Amino acid sequence: MTGLLTRRRFLVGGTLGTGALALGGCDALEQNENVGAVLRTAEKLTMGAQRFLLGQETLAREFSAADISPTFRVNGTQSPDSEKYAALHENGFADWRLKVDGLVSRQMEFSLADLRKLPSRTQITRHDCVEGWSAIGQWTGTPLGLILRAAEMKPEARFAVFHCADELEKTLDGSGVYYESIDLIDAFHPQTILAYAMNGEDLTVGHGAPLRLRVERQLGYKHAKYVMRIEIVDSFSRLWGGKGGFWEDRGYQWYAGI
Amino acid sequence: MTTDTPHAPSAPRKRTVLIRRHAIVTRLTHWLNVLCLSFLLLSGLQIFNAYPRLHWGQYGADADPAFVTTGAREQNGEPRGFVEIGGVSLPTTGVLGLSKLDGELTPRAFPGWLTIPSYQDLAAGRRWHFFFAWAFLINGLVYLAYGILSRHFRRDLAPDRRELTPRHLWREIVDHGRLRFPSGDDARHYNALQKLTYIAVIAVLLPLMLLTGLTMSPGIDAALPFLLDIFGGRQSARTLHFITASLLVLFVIVHVAMVILSGPWNNMRSMITGRYAIRKEGPDA
Repeated sequence: MTGLLTRRRFLVGGTLGTGALALGGCDALEQNENVGAVLRTAEKLTMGAQRFLLGQETLAREFSAADISPTFRVNGTQSPDSEKYAALHENGFADWRLKVDGLVSRQMEFSLADLRKLPSRTQITRHDCVEGWSAIGQWTGTPLGLILRAAEMKPEARFAVFHCADELEKTLDGSGVYYESIDLIDAFHPQTILAYAMNGEDLTVGHGAPLRLRVERQLGYKHAKYVMRIEIVDSFSRLWGGKGGFWEDRGYQWYAGI
Repeated sequence: MTTDTPHAPSAPRKRTVLIRRHAIVTRLTHWLNVLCLSFLLLSGLQIFNAYPRLHWGQYGADADPAFVTTGAREQNGEPRGFVEIGGVSLPTTGVLGLSKLDGELTPRAFPGWLTIPSYQDLAAGRRWHFFFAWAFLINGLVYLAYGILSRHFRRDLAPDRRELTPRHLWREIVDHGRLRFPSGDDARHYNALQKLTYIAVIAVLLPLMLLTGLTMSPGIDAALPFLLDIFGGRQSARTLHFITASLLVLFVIVHVAMVILSGPWNNMRSMITGRYAIRKEGPDA
């Protein structure tokens, strides 16, 4: 009987003890670089599996006008805090130009009017925040593929980087400026557009005026707002934190399909 | 040298027989599943904390109606944690909505001792969650393949017709309520309640966890849009993910309680070494 009790106590105590150790140890594990590297292998697996299931052209679901969220939450930067942006905004973005450069044969500039003259695509899609909420909105814009074809990318081109007007984190070295990157599969996806209108009206400042990216098969943080310049690169390791985006530099996955 | 006690011959002799209860694959996948689900739960609560509201439908954000909300608000000049379910607000200061982190009251849905990592870090929570989600999937597929190929499901989990009669089920429920568990030859097999519970977990709850989780992924929604129709949208799927996780926690509580009540040492040994002791009546063979 005593033996049984001791065993029982050992089992219960052992389980509770291990549990407590595991919980306390998780923060230590989280800060261990080797553990981090192991955990990050899942991202490649996820991207590989999703790309296998998705193929290049599979579209994200498009909804009807009745499905549009009554209120589309404004997230991230509410309004870029810079004199340059304020001046552009004051002038109705008439002086704003989208620059396309990097590994292209023809560096290009587009005004908002230029973009509106190009063929457009309108889509009602769901915006998924990494935090967990979703909102449905209608977006109208220029397919990114059109612009990249016009700029004639060089053979070594692999990613499109979006440089934005907003500084989401105030830093001395400027590393808090928002930027994002996608690969060419997503860049040429039919639903990947540079949107200048939302729900039938000009894009508001809160939602990224004058131009924001839509990458419908990925999470919200990939959908860069306030796009000023598209740089075509073969690697994003030279940019800021080297991970390909503002949130990526802060620990989030570069492939945000999940 | 042994001597029989004088009054022994009239009573049937009992002896302990060790039977092989769990195959190595069952034991291995069981413990790996424990590991995966533990990390998935705690990192899942970390992810939930980033947006502690539950909606129904295709969309849902701050301005939309939520049927579960947890958070902190000022009351009489003091911060108070609350959980709001269907319009009813429950005070939960200290546990939900507002809890101590490093000795300081901090607004967060689930407290630090229930999340990985303990502090608020969505990116880290996602890394842990998706790593163990893959491990869970691979482990589950190994178990399913084994269960089918080895006939483990048919032999050990599928209840027969006799076990499914209301009379039989009612007797098992009464027996469980009185904490009277099968002994002797009856203990060689799972009872009907065990079979049905394990089937519900293996065939319903765990697959639901996976599928509702996948439905929150914009990439998977594009590849497998029927998931959105099955669950009624990304926000519904997120809510179902949370409810199913809660049901799994409930299952684990009952499961562990049953393990303890019906002989913890014997049960643990059978899930570690595979050997399970039953008390057998009758003469030695």
